[in-house]
Amino acid sequence: MLGRLTIEAIPLYSWVAMGGAAVTVGGGIAVFLLITYLRAWKVLWTDWLTSLDHKKIGIMYVVLALVMLVRGFIDALMMRAQQAIALNNEGYLPPEHFEQIFSSHGTIMIFFVAMPFLTGLINIIVPQQIGARDVAFPFLNSVSLFLTAAGAGLVLISLAIGKFSTAGWTGYPPYSGIDYNPGVGVDYWLWALIVSGVGSTASGINFIVTIVKNRCPGMTYMRMPMFTWTTLCISILIAFAFPALTVVAAQLALDRTLGFHFFTNGDGGNMMLFANLLWIWGHPEVYILILPAFGIFSEVVATFSRKRLFGYKSLVYATACIAILSFTVWLHHFFTMGSSANVNAVFGIATMIIAVPTGVKIFDWMFTMYRGRIEFHPSMVFTIGFMVTFVIGGVTGVLLALPPADYLMHNSTFLVAHFHNMLIPGALFGYFAGLNYWFPKAFGFKLDAKWGIRSFWFWIIGFYLAFMPLYVLGFMGMSRRMEHYADPNWQPYLIVAALGAVCVLLGIVCIAIQLYVSAKNWGSARDLTGDPWNGRTLEWATASPAAPYNFAIVPTVRDIDAFHDMKLGGTAYQPAAAYEDIVMPKSSGLGPVLGALSFALGFAMVWYIWWLAALAFVLALVCVGIRACDDESEFIIPAAEVARIEGAHLGQITSADMHDMRDFQPVGPASGAPLPGRA
Amino acid sequence: MNIPQFFRLTVKRIWIAGVLGMCLLLPGCGLSDAPVLHPKGPIALAERDLLFTAFWIMMIVAIPAIVLTLFFVWRYRSGSKKAAYAPEWDSSWKVETVVWLVPAAIIVVLGTLVWQSTHKLDPYREIASDKPAFKVQAIALDWKWLFLYPELGVASVNELSFPADRPLSIEITSDTVMNSLMIPALGGQIYAMAGMRSELNLLADDPGVFMGRNTMYSGDGFPDQHFKAHAMSEADFTAWKAKVSGEGTSLDAETYLELHKQSIANPVAYYSSFETDLFKLILRKYAPIVGPYESEAAELICRGAA
Ligand code: HEM
Ligand SMILES: [Cu+2]
Repeated sequence: MLGRLTIEAIPLYSWVAMGGAAVTVGGGIAVFLLITYLRAWKVLWTDWLTSLDHKKIGIMYVVLALVMLVRGFIDALMMRAQQAIALNNEGYLPPEHFEQIFSSHGTIMIFFVAMPFLTGLINIIVPQQIGARDVAFPFLNSVSLFLTAAGAGLVLISLAIGKFSTAGWTGYPPYSGIDYNPGVGVDYWLWALIVSGVGSTASGINFIVTIVKNRCPGMTYMRMPMFTWTTLCISILIAFAFPALTVVAAQLALDRTLGFHFFTNGDGGNMMLFANLLWIWGHPEVYILILPAFGIFSEVVATFSRKRLFGYKSLVYATACIAILSFTVWLHHFFTMGSSANVNAVFGIATMIIAVPTGVKIFDWMFTMYRGRIEFHPSMVFTIGFMVTFVIGGVTGVLLALPPADYLMHNSTFLVAHFHNMLIPGALFGYFAGLNYWFPKAFGFKLDAKWGIRSFWFWIIGFYLAFMPLYVLGFMGMSRRMEHYADPNWQPYLIVAALGAVCVLLGIVCIAIQLYVSAKNWGSARDLTGDPWNGRTLEWATASPAAPYNFAIVPTVRDIDAFHDMKLGGTAYQPAAAYEDIVMPKSSGLGPVLGALSFALGFAMVWYIWWLAALAFVLALVCVGIRACDDESEFIIPAAEVARIEGAHLGQITSADMHDMRDFQPVGPASGAPLPGRA
Repeated sequence: MNIPQFFRLTVKRIWIAGVLGMCLLLPGCGLSDAPVLHPKGPIALAERDLLFTAFWIMMIVAIPAIVLTLFFVWRYRSGSKKAAYAPEWDSSWKVETVVWLVPAAIIVVLGTLVWQSTHKLDPYREIASDKPAFKVQAIALDWKWLFLYPELGVASVNELSFPADRPLSIEITSDTVMNSLMIPALGGQIYAMAGMRSELNLLADDPGVFMGRNTMYSGDGFPDQHFKAHAMSEADFTAWKAKVSGEGTSLDAETYLELHKQSIANPVAYYSSFETDLFKLILRKYAPIVGPYESEAAELICRGAA
């Protein structure tokens, strides 16, 4: 009846496991009680969970990412604490535990922090940047969100029921095969990946179609904002790369569950196939995480340098180059598997070639600042921190692309330092910049800048303290994933790394305080115009928060910096002569239901509860069928209502709230004709 | 936040970072015997030198990138009203050419370096020497290394000994999950995979003892899966040979099955002889071939644990 699920699945065997389970379950119960206490269930369901509004879906993605960031970071802190003390002793974590923690940390950070964070920001902003009223497939969007949440749920529940994988975030067989890893851990990992992977693929497709089909008049490809460009590129990467992941995970699941031999040691299996397939997804994946952040940096650096983005075309071509090249380098993750020198050299060179467009981007942002008027908004400060730190990560990355150097540094903490050096500044800082930059667009008030700056300093100092020692430890011969060690020379470095992690913890606390303080003082930081930073791109033309339909009148665009151009030309904030009815998608409860069903499906597959798996699968098909037969999935916002909403928004904007466009008067050698005055 | 405040904070934070940085340097320790920085053999040395050459070449772009970024941030901060301001300036052929071509040129140089060094330092490549290579067969087990010495007919667990004046040529496989064999002071690593044979060619400058380990996470015993590699002078090596032959027992198929069982931090062990063709039999264990086994030992090894 319950497959292999027995009472032993509850972690009564160790206090650390028990503690983890207690915190997870306790957290869940606390949230449940809080919502009940606030009587918010109805609002939550009707206004949020069932909403097909891309902005609300985006906010839910970001909330998911922030919650999972805390969980993933606790894992990191626990590993750092363990390694700081485990010189010639077992520390406080038995190996079995340490293994689960590094596996869940990596899995969570990649799949359930970075992915939802970027998907959330894209959801909130991209339709507004291209002058669209919604994404191409609003219902699919909701399904994607809940599939991602279901995957995250599977990782979380593994703390309380059963165990998580011990095979690392890459889950290399044969170690992750059933012979060497008979428990449920790897299955949790696999089903979390499969379920959320389907969601990611769907949102990739959704955004390709949205950007290709839904751009407003005048927005040619070469007028799309950089963030939209990077989104288009990564959506294509998602659509091509994620199927590889889904297939490789399904193959491993077949090996484990039905006794197939794709990747087993014997019987014709070959683990090298797994490594190839995994990284054919995995390398594009790192660009999927980083490119949207590059898009954000491009927007932020232009806005807060008060200048046009330098080298827009260069940046577009560089992005496209990176996207294409990212499919040609996967072998650099296993130079040490024994390929011939020719193969290794070709992949090494291909990897280095990617460094060129990436370097170009850094210089383009730098020249955007050149002769600008830089304002130190938190998002800009994160951008500057990124530019400096990322260069170091790029250098160590090119070092690892030299196969003979990689033979020395592979699997060492040098590698761990390298990819954190790319992902923390290159992805996370970008998302934080995006959070600070676009928060008013999503909520209608600005985030507190002081706490934003503080969080930046803690993050960046914490980053250097936590990861520079790991570069050194790599030279000292320390491998990654070590639960304890015997070399006393390593310990001082590991202690510094642990201090760094504590510093990052303070950074996260600062973000929490920032959110709290800003929410408390929201009245005094309201964004009435919808354009708090004197922004340049089209998302600043909508109200903050934007009306459900974003644009009452679909705008026409003449420039890359479309809204800046409108403000200069005096066409911003103009009421329309007449409004028309707007068709919008109705809310649907099927998204959360499908999410719940896929969670049940994953859970059932993990525990071999076949009837539940079959039931969940059939019900999911039924849901899809119901949706397919639903011909009344849209509703109309009448013109009068649109006029009322627009009137209320434009009515509260006084000319004092508007930005003085005379600030854009050139100074010095390059000054030209004076610009028109107030918008 | 206004600018003076921003910079005051910056200065304060830099100061804190400096103090913490000192904490990092004070121990400064251990670096003098970091195996990667102080290699003990020509392969590791060449790999390290390559690493540093590439590092310095990249500094040609990395340093300007960091310095210019910080300089522009300072120069064009909004507080400095005297700096030029060109809000519409958004492209320049000169700048674009430089920022594309300089990194590209560097990558051409590095790419050439990759091509040459990857061939020169191919781990499969035999090391030129006037003496024949000393052949060893390494088998990854949970969680220890078994070394077979075909030339001597002996075997050892968690200890690798070889004559220092001869190149070391290791044939590697695994009788468990994926492992990776590495002796950092002598050179880079290569994976050990069941049913497959990989190779690593290394050379030590002088007699010495080096740390070696599996770098590929393989389960509970992974942290303790390390061994000492002894590069020995001729006299020491002869003595070692005598010791192993005299002291050790025989590693026949049954003993091997015993050894194959999981063990953590397995003590060093010696065997005065080993089953004929043991390495081949372990490879054969995972080969997708059926049919009669050539010997009882083959049957034991191939079926015993599978
Ligand atoms: C915020 C501070 C962070 C700290 C202190 C931290 C710390 C760590 C530590 C201690 C490990 C294990 C290293 C080892 O195996 O020896 C690790 C692994 C890893 N981290 Fe982080 N991490 C942080 C953030 C992130 C972020 C933001 C990401 C991705 C977006 C990330 C992705 C990974 C991955 C993929 C692994 C490899 C897991 C594996 O070995 O399977 N980490 N991290
Ligand atoms: Cu890669």
